Parts: sequence; C-alpha cells; structure tokens
Amino acid sequence: MHLSLDLILAQTMLGLNQGVFYAMLSLGLAIIFGLLNIVNFAHGAFYMIGAFVALLGYGYLGPWLGDSGFRINFWVSLIISPVLVGALGILFERSILRRLYGLDPIYGLLLTFSLALILQGIFQNYFNVSGTPYHGQPKILSGAVDLGFMTYPAYRLFTIIVSLIICLTTWFAIEKSKWGIVLRASIERPALTQALGVNVPLLVTLTFGFGIGLAALTGVLAAPIYSVSPLMGADLLITIFAVVVVGGLGSIKGAIIGGLVLGLLQGLTKAIYPPMASTVIFIIMAIVLLIKPAGLFGRE
Amino acid sequence: MKKLAAFVIVGIGVVVAPQLVYPAFVMQIFCFILFAAAFNLLLGYAGLLSFGHAAFFGGAAYITGYVIKMWGYPPLLGILAGVLFSAVLGLVFGVLALRRRGIYFAMITLALAQVIYFSAVQLPFTGGENGLQSIPRGMLFGLIDLSRPACIYYTVVAVVGAGLFGIYRIVNSPFGVALTASREDEGRAISLGYDVKRLQLIAFVLSASFSGLAGAVKVLVFQFASLTDVHWMMSGDVVIMTVLGGIGNLLGPIVGASVVIAMQQHLDFMGSWIEVVIGLIMGSCILIFRHGIVGEIARLFGRRGLAARNG
Repeated sequence: MHLSLDLILAQTMLGLNQGVFYAMLSLGLAIIFGLLNIVNFAHGAFYMIGAFVALLGYGYLGPWLGDSGFRINFWVSLIISPVLVGALGILFERSILRRLYGLDPIYGLLLTFSLALILQGIFQNYFNVSGTPYHGQPKILSGAVDLGFMTYPAYRLFTIIVSLIICLTTWFAIEKSKWGIVLRASIERPALTQALGVNVPLLVTLTFGFGIGLAALTGVLAAPIYSVSPLMGADLLITIFAVVVVGGLGSIKGAIIGGLVLGLLQGLTKAIYPPMASTVIFIIMAIVLLIKPAGLFGRE
Repeated sequence: MKKLAAFVIVGIGVVVAPQLVYPAFVMQIFCFILFAAAFNLLLGYAGLLSFGHAAFFGGAAYITGYVIKMWGYPPLLGILAGVLFSAVLGLVFGVLALRRRGIYFAMITLALAQVIYFSAVQLPFTGGENGLQSIPRGMLFGLIDLSRPACIYYTVVAVVGAGLFGIYRIVNSPFGVALTASREDEGRAISLGYDVKRLQLIAFVLSASFSGLAGAVKVLVFQFASLTDVHWMMSGDVVIMTVLGGIGNLLGPIVGASVVIAMQQHLDFMGSWIEVVIGLIMGSCILIFRHGIVGEIARLFGRRGLAARNG
C-alpha cells in the first residue's frame, strides 16, 4: 500500500471539513433535544431544504419570475436560507409539534420522521435523487490556499472557519451568557423558570427555530461541495445520530467535539483503508456504547 | 365457536385471495404481515422502538438467497440459515442497543443497521447494486416443486401462518406477560424479581429472528435480494405499518402491512407523492389516532382488551 503523509494529511483535512458539518448538525440536534426532549428526525430534511433554498434562489427563481438574469447570490442565501427554513421550523413547532409535549419522546421521533417523509417526498417529485450541482460558489473563494504544509481549496477552508466560529459562539452563548443561563434553567426546571417570569414556551420555539436554522445554514455551506439532492439529508442524519450517541445527546460540547473528531477519523480511514470509511463512525459508536454507554460527554 | 368461525373465514380468504388479486401481491402482503408482526413483538410488547429492522429482514434475505443460489442447498436450509443469521445479528444489536433506552435505542439500532447496509453495498457476495438475482425456489422436502404457483403460495401461507402463531404464543406465554409488565412498569417488574434487561434482549432476538423469517420467505417469493431490503427506508416502512395498524395488538400489524403495501402498489402512479401521502397519514396517526387503525376501531366498539394501552 502506498501511504504517503501527504495523502493522509489531505484526507484528514477533507475529513475536518466533513467534521464541521457533523458538528453543526449535531449541535442543532443537541440543542433541540435538550430543550424539547425530542429527537428531530426531520433535521436532515431541513438541512436539505436549506441547500435547496440556495439552489433555487441561484438558478431557478429568476426564470420563474421571468427575469433570467435575477439570482440570489451565495452570501444572501447564507442569511435568507436559515431565516426562511428556521421560520418553517417555528411554524411546525407552534402548530403541530407542540401537541406532543409531555408524551413519550418516541412520538416526537415518529412525528418528525413523518415530516421528513413529507418534505423529502415533495422535493423528490421535482428534483432528481442523484443531485443537482450548485454553481453559485463565490468567485473570491474559488481556487486554493497554501497552508504551508499543503494547498487546500479556499471554499472548504471558508466553510471550516465559518462553522467553527458558529459552533464556538453557540457554545459560549449557552455556557456563559445570560441568555444561556436562562436557557439552561428552562431545560433543568421549566416550571420553576416560568414561575420566575421567563416565557419558556417562547424560548422553546425560538430555540427550535435556531436549531433548524443551523441545519439550513449547514445546507447552504454544503451546497457548493456536494450536489443538492432530496435525500442528501436523510443519509447524513443517520451518521449524525451516531455522532450524537458518541458525544452524549444532552451535551453541546459532546456534539461539537464528537462531530469534529469523528469527521477527522473518517477522513483518516479514507486514507488508510477506504472500504471502512463509510462504517467507521458506526463501529466507533458501538465501541463507545460498550465502554461508556452515556457517550463521551453525556450524563446518565 | 367464535374462534372456529374466525378460522373458517381466514381459511376461505386465504384460498380465494389469489383468485381475486395477483398472487405475488398477496404473498408480498403475507411477508410484510409477518415482518410487521415481528416488529410489533418488540415495539408493542417490549416497548422498544427499533429503527434498524431492515438489517434482519434484508440480511436474512441475502443469506437465504446466497445459500440457495450459490451453494445449491434446498429452500428449507436456506430459510434456516437466514433466520439463524438474523438471530445472531439480533443478539449483537440487542446487546449494544439495550445499553441505552428510549430514544437512544432507536438511534443506535438505526446506526447499527447502516453497517449492514454498507456491508451489503461493498461485500462481493451480495452483488452490490444488482443484488442477488434469479434465486431458484427449489424443491421443498425434495418433494414439492416451489416453482409451481400453488405450491409456493401455500408454502408461504404455511410459513407465515406458523410465524404468526409462534408470535401469538410468545405474547400469551408467561414470558410475554412478564415482558408486557416490564413495559408498563419497569421498576415494579424488577422488584418482582424479573431480569428486565434479559427479557428485553430475548424479545429483541425473537423479533429479529421472525423478521429474518419474513425476509427469507420474501426471497423465495420474489427470487431476489437487493439493497432495498437492507436500506433504512425498509426499517421505516415496518415502523409505519405497525404504528398505522395499531401498536400492541396482534391484528394491528396485519391491517397495517396490508394497507401500506396496497397503497404502495395501487398509488404507484403518484410517484413520490405516495411518500407525502404516507407521511401525512402517519403524522395524523401520531397526532390524532394514536392507537392505530385496529386500536381505534376496537375503542369505538368498547373492546378494551384489544385496545393497546399506550400514549
């Protein structure tokens, strides 16, 4: 086998790119689970819609409006998509998901699973499952950057930096800010927090919207790298579930670190033994379950 | 007397069905009834939601198909090999997934099943994208030629009937009662001296084995095993069938599987809108009819014994 350091380094850096996507998605999943006690099976579908908002805005919206020159560029999508999709999530939470609070969390899982079926089914009618490429990658981010030890695609570097900033900011906001203290109080003792004058239901709704927005933002970031397809989120979500089990579902820290580490390990596996690359995360999950069932950062 | 009447009606139905509709369609429904019943054994009676049952169904389908096609073994041995594979796989999944509860259990089984899916994609013996095709049906007991339509039909009826009867006996055995008790109140079951973890593990292995039986029979009927059988959507389908029919009663999976398969067949012209329709039905089931079709009808007629206690 020809194993050069360059190859390992290159695959590991690509793995890091995958890892920040894992981290962003697990982070949203963890926040939603923490506050609503619901595992959002539709998280992958919202990620997919996030990518589609960018795709539609760039290539489809203009012709629909009769002005083929009109495009929503990447930077605007980066803002619009999370806001739109987050609003969609809020609508869902307010109108439907709300009815299941207090029931066994399994019902929340099943309901969001149905939602995922519906959303994916709708997009499958109009778009090919094999994917549509997104051509809106900004010119300024095309080409490669010399990192000293290797050259790396500028766009991927950009996604890594943006994702890390967002993850760390969210982590900091939840752990250190006043808003985070209120949020954590609402998770621990919702009734007591409400008695102290905090509008907990509103907080729940906004947090849900934020988690969904994170998924949509990840979708926009992923659009120029992977082709945009109706099932892009469904397959990814299963990996995210494994990441979350490894990190510990209730833990924000676990979600971020778990995502990054598993992404890196997957990249490394791709360099060393490619056939294992798609299963390595699940095997690590099995090992973690045997040694530390609560996950690396979770509490039983 | 009532039981006898029910038997006669089911018997007539089984004989008449292939005259009225396409036999392969009836046999497909039978396979999925067994699959959903096996799934219901776990969800309805142990209270465990698995999202990875495609691994047992599809895994057994591949093993059975391979043993019959490549090794030239008779169908019965093929089915046995498939069921055995699912039982062992069920033990491995069960030991791992039962380390966590509730929502985690669902996520872990889903993730573990993905290992089987990727293995089916990559391992040479599964045929990758093409799957295993034109698997011979062979001779049952060396006597009955399963390539004859009537023979395969009644073999499927016999195997699925035996499977359903087995599940019925398990549910109504002391083990089944203890299992239900541990679902209703785990703490009390433990304090009564039951080893709940062990009960759940046994239930999981049994459920996996019966799912494997369903997958093995499916291979005999359709003569192929493909990636669809191990894909997570197959796990999703069996969840939908069971929830739609009604969790925790024996009729639920029968109704649920029939309805879902019939919808997938007859609404084929709708393309992907069928997914949307199924999602909508499933969603309203969770929101409004939480007891499923059979459970809600039973409640309507005040038959408390049939209605599952959940929610």
